[in-house]
Amino acid sequence: MESLLYPMIALGGLGLAFGLLLSFASRKFAVPVDPKVAAVRALLPGANCGACGFEGCDIYAENVAAGKAETNRCPVGGGELAAALAAVMGTEAEVQEKKVASVRCRTSCERGIEAYIYQGIRDCRKATVLPGGGPNACSYSCLGFGTCIPACAFGALSVQDGVIVVDRHLCVGCGKCVEACPRGVLEMIPVSQPVRLACNNADKGVQVREVCPEGCIGCGLCAKVCEAKAIEMRNNLPVIDGSLCVGCGKCVEKCPVKAIVVTPAGEEKTGAGGE
Amino acid sequence: MHWFELFFGAMLVNNIVLARFLGVCPFLGVSSRMGTARGMGLAVIFVITLASSMTWLVYYGILEPLGITYLSTMAFILVIAAVVQFVEIVMKKLWPALYRSLGIFLPLITTNCAVLGVAVLNVREGFGFVESLVHSVGTASGFMLALILFAGLRERMAEAAHDVPEALRGLPLSLVTAGLMALAFMGFQGIF
Repeated sequence: MESLLYPMIALGGLGLAFGLLLSFASRKFAVPVDPKVAAVRALLPGANCGACGFEGCDIYAENVAAGKAETNRCPVGGGELAAALAAVMGTEAEVQEKKVASVRCRTSCERGIEAYIYQGIRDCRKATVLPGGGPNACSYSCLGFGTCIPACAFGALSVQDGVIVVDRHLCVGCGKCVEACPRGVLEMIPVSQPVRLACNNADKGVQVREVCPEGCIGCGLCAKVCEAKAIEMRNNLPVIDGSLCVGCGKCVEKCPVKAIVVTPAGEEKTGAGGE
Repeated sequence: MHWFELFFGAMLVNNIVLARFLGVCPFLGVSSRMGTARGMGLAVIFVITLASSMTWLVYYGILEPLGITYLSTMAFILVIAAVVQFVEIVMKKLWPALYRSLGIFLPLITTNCAVLGVAVLNVREGFGFVESLVHSVGTASGFMLALILFAGLRERMAEAAHDVPEALRGLPLSLVTAGLMALAFMGFQGIF
C-alpha cells in the first residue's frame, strides 16, 4: 500500500503546492494591462516588419496606447489605419501618404559597362568594398546581387536583367530595402507621384557618358520644361517633388537619355505608356 | 582544481549540444541571428541554474526520503514547468526590463530537454548542492557558447547563400555545419 500511497501523496502534493503558488502569484503579481493596447494591437497588420521604428507590432501598440508614439507610423496600414488608431486613442489622425520603393537605376549588366569581371560572393555589401565600389563602371548603379531582397518581408523585390525591380502591388512602403542597399540606389516616393528618376549617378555629364549609355547627364532640361516647378537640379540630378508634379509628362519627353520614367500612377494621368 | 574541472568539463568536454546532443531544437531554431542567440543563451543559463537547484532540493528533500526516486523524471518536469512559470510572473511585475530582454525565450525553455537533462545528470552523478550548481552553470554556458558560435557561422553563410548548391541551402547546410562543430568539440575529449 505504501508503494502506491507515497508517490500519489508526493506528486499530488507537489502539483497542488505549485498550483496554489502559481494562482497566488498570478493574483499577487498581476500587471495591469491597458485595454487600449489590445484594441490598438488588434488593428495593426501584424507583419512585425519594424517600419514604424519599433521592434514589432506589439511594442508599437504599447507605445501608441501610452501616447508615446504617433498613430500614423505604420506604413503597411497607411492612412486608413492611422484614422482607425486615432479613433481608438481619441485624437486627430495625421494622414500620411503611402509610399513605395523606387529603383534609381535601370541599366542592366548586359547594357551597362563593366569595369572588371567579379567572381566573388554575390552580395552587394561585399562588392562595394572593392576598388571602384564594385564591378560596374558606374559607381552609383544597382549591382543586382539582390542584397535588398531578403530585407523585404513582403517579397516585393526581384532581380530582372541584373537590376532590382519593385513590385508596386506588393510593396507596402516600409523602407527596409532603402536601409539594406549599400549604394543608396533605392528611395521612397509617394505612390501617386506620376514620374520618377531612374538614375542615381551624380557625376557630370561627360563622366556619366563614359560609364553608362542611359545615365542622367545632369543637363537640367527637365527642370527647365517643368511648368509646375516640381523639378529642381541638385548634385547633377533632378529632384522631383511629388506634391507639385501634375503629370504633364514634358520632362519624360525632353530628357535626352530617358532617365525620367512614367510610374503606373502617372500612366493614368497622362495616358502615356509607362513602365 | 576540482571546481575548474567540473565547470569546464561541463562546458567544453561534455558540451550539452555538441557532445550529449541535448537541446538541439533551440540550437537550430534560434541561431539564425546573433542577437536572438545571445538572448536565448542568457535565458538558458538563468533557467538551468534555477531549475537544477530546485530539482536538487526536491530530489533529496522529498523523493529520496520516501524511496520513490523512480519518479524523478516526472517530478522534475513538474518542478521545472512550475518554476519557470512562477519566475515569469514575478519577473514581469518586479523586473520588467529583464523580462523584456529575455522575452519569449523564457516560456520556450520550459520544455527544453537540456534543462531536464542537466537536472537528471546532476542526480545521476551524485553531485552535492554546490557541485550541481557549478555543473549546471557550466553546462548552460556551454550551450550559450555553442549557440553563439553557430549563430556567427550561420550569419556568414546567409551572406554567401548564393554560392551554396541549391539542395544544401538552409537547414541541410546548418546540419552539416553543426556536425562539423561537434567533430571540432571532440578535440576537447580527454584533456581533464
